Amino acid sequence: MDQILLDYLPIAVLIGIGIFFAVLLPSLSVSLGPKPPKDRNLAPYESGMVAIGEAQRRLPVKFYRIAVLFILFDVDIILLVPWAVAFRKLGVYGLVAMLIFMVMFILGDAWVWKKGVLEWE
Amino acid sequence: MEFVTPTINILIVLPVLLVAGGGALLMLLELFMAEERVKQWAPTLAIIVLALAFLQTIGLWGQTHTTFTPEGSSPMVILDNFATFLNVIFLLTGFFTVLISVNYLPRVGLNRSEYYMLMLFSLSGMMLMGMANDLILVFLALEVLSIPLYILAGLSRPRPESEESAMKYFFLGAFSSAIFVFGIALTYGATGSTALPAVLAGVSNGGALALAGVAMMLVGFGFKVAAAPFHMWTPDVYEGAPTVVTAFMSVGAKVGGFAAMLRVFVSAFGSLGQTWVPAVAVIAAITLIIGNVVAIVQPNIKRMLAYSSIAHAGYILMAVAASVNSPDGVSAALFYMFAYLFTNLGAFAIAIAAERKLGEGVMLDDYKGLAKRSPLLALAMAYFMLSLTGIPPTGGFSGKFFVFRATLEAGLVWLAVVGVITSVVSGYYYLRVVYLMYMYDGEGELHTKPALLTAVALTVLATLVLGLLPGAWYEITKQAALQGLQVLAGG
Repeated sequence: MDQILLDYLPIAVLIGIGIFFAVLLPSLSVSLGPKPPKDRNLAPYESGMVAIGEAQRRLPVKFYRIAVLFILFDVDIILLVPWAVAFRKLGVYGLVAMLIFMVMFILGDAWVWKKGVLEWE
Repeated sequence: MEFVTPTINILIVLPVLLVAGGGALLMLLELFMAEERVKQWAPTLAIIVLALAFLQTIGLWGQTHTTFTPEGSSPMVILDNFATFLNVIFLLTGFFTVLISVNYLPRVGLNRSEYYMLMLFSLSGMMLMGMANDLILVFLALEVLSIPLYILAGLSRPRPESEESAMKYFFLGAFSSAIFVFGIALTYGATGSTALPAVLAGVSNGGALALAGVAMMLVGFGFKVAAAPFHMWTPDVYEGAPTVVTAFMSVGAKVGGFAAMLRVFVSAFGSLGQTWVPAVAVIAAITLIIGNVVAIVQPNIKRMLAYSSIAHAGYILMAVAASVNSPDGVSAALFYMFAYLFTNLGAFAIAIAAERKLGEGVMLDDYKGLAKRSPLLALAMAYFMLSLTGIPPTGGFSGKFFVFRATLEAGLVWLAVVGVITSVVSGYYYLRVVYLMYMYDGEGELHTKPALLTAVALTVLATLVLGLLPGAWYEITKQAALQGLQVLAGG
């Protein structure tokens, strides 16, 4: 057996354990749990609330847009923080590289702003 | 540890920067100009940017450069004839796409200003695919190529077909990217590097881990180039996306996938050839059979061309499978893609001329009587159909000839037989379009504007030249192919 493959053995064990439990627990709950009576349990809300409308209804997209913007800023921060830590070592090269990145990023932000994504109503 | 600035030669990546910068410039213009004016100028600007990048690319022909070299490692970007040739293909794809989009988009009410911007961004990703010398950069380029295409596929929202197309493309693309990246991770685990020369050096000692990495990257590329059994998304995505986007991605995304696939598989994984060649050959055979046979029953021209593009991916895969054991494999693949670019974009140009409204006039029955309505366009369409079938004197014939020859040279006789038989099958659905155009009467107007006619004329001309004088062009692809592999093996 290759040494390199042995190094990955813990991962394989972890995957094995993951699969084992993923199969074990649902099968335990199926075999040991009480069998459901019919119709009422199949309703969307077992509490008795009446379901209204269909599952595929239109959602307000503005939450999604804000979430996407949040991810962009998040990634931005992830890149900015290590750069700030290593600022002196990276020197002018790092500064220029980060400036190019920030210009592109801000351009994208400005475009998004102009397109009215940030307007809530 | 001291940080050493990597060597950077901006001139090498200037074509990519020009194309991506053109997209950024369009974004900038939108901030300061009225939207109507931006829409008016966007196609012109895109053409100018593509022309500048084209001139720069042509100027780099015959040269070999590397750039973005980190200290003590191999360069991230390599520009050799292989990359230059592919960049020419991508820039021409962009050029023809602009020509066929100029009048189509306003006509069907899709004149959104982000169209050209996203197209340019996607093009810059495609160009990087051929230039990447590091698996990380391959992945980055793949994402830059794909993400704008996901949005473009949904350009005609809120049309349900278009949204379905974007959604399917996005989900399957994301899955395939994940598999691809897993393959990169396994390869890194096996070889200790993501740089292609180091992968080449270490992959034959990588054992099962390296093989798993190769297999997963094969799946990732298979999705991108729409090879069976990873082709399921293609017909739905091609049908739902606006026709100009379909044209763009049927050529651009496919050639982009093959660009990186050739570089990674033939050179970096070349020493594992005996293992992956049978797999690629079987995938090629399945792709050929599925693409060509299922295309027969398609009533919609876009779906038909989608299955046809699957089939053509199969022919290019034949050349990929041949490229380990035959010196002609890579050049045959390059030539095939070059011919496919003109033929397929030309066929799509006519499909766009015949599309009455968004999603109307795209059935095969709508082509009835096209010969009476517009004899010249019908003639051009017939010519493209002959080229796609592979009947001389067309570029498609020359491409198939070189691919089959390379396959035979590599000793894959059974694969060549499958290729020839499926080519005969493909004649049925391609020639049916010709039959419908000439043997029936039909109604319907054609939208022919100068830009679109220019695109049709140029693609007909290029297909004819590639059909009549394939030798000179094949020499060029041969130079492109050889250099690409030599540099990597030496570096």
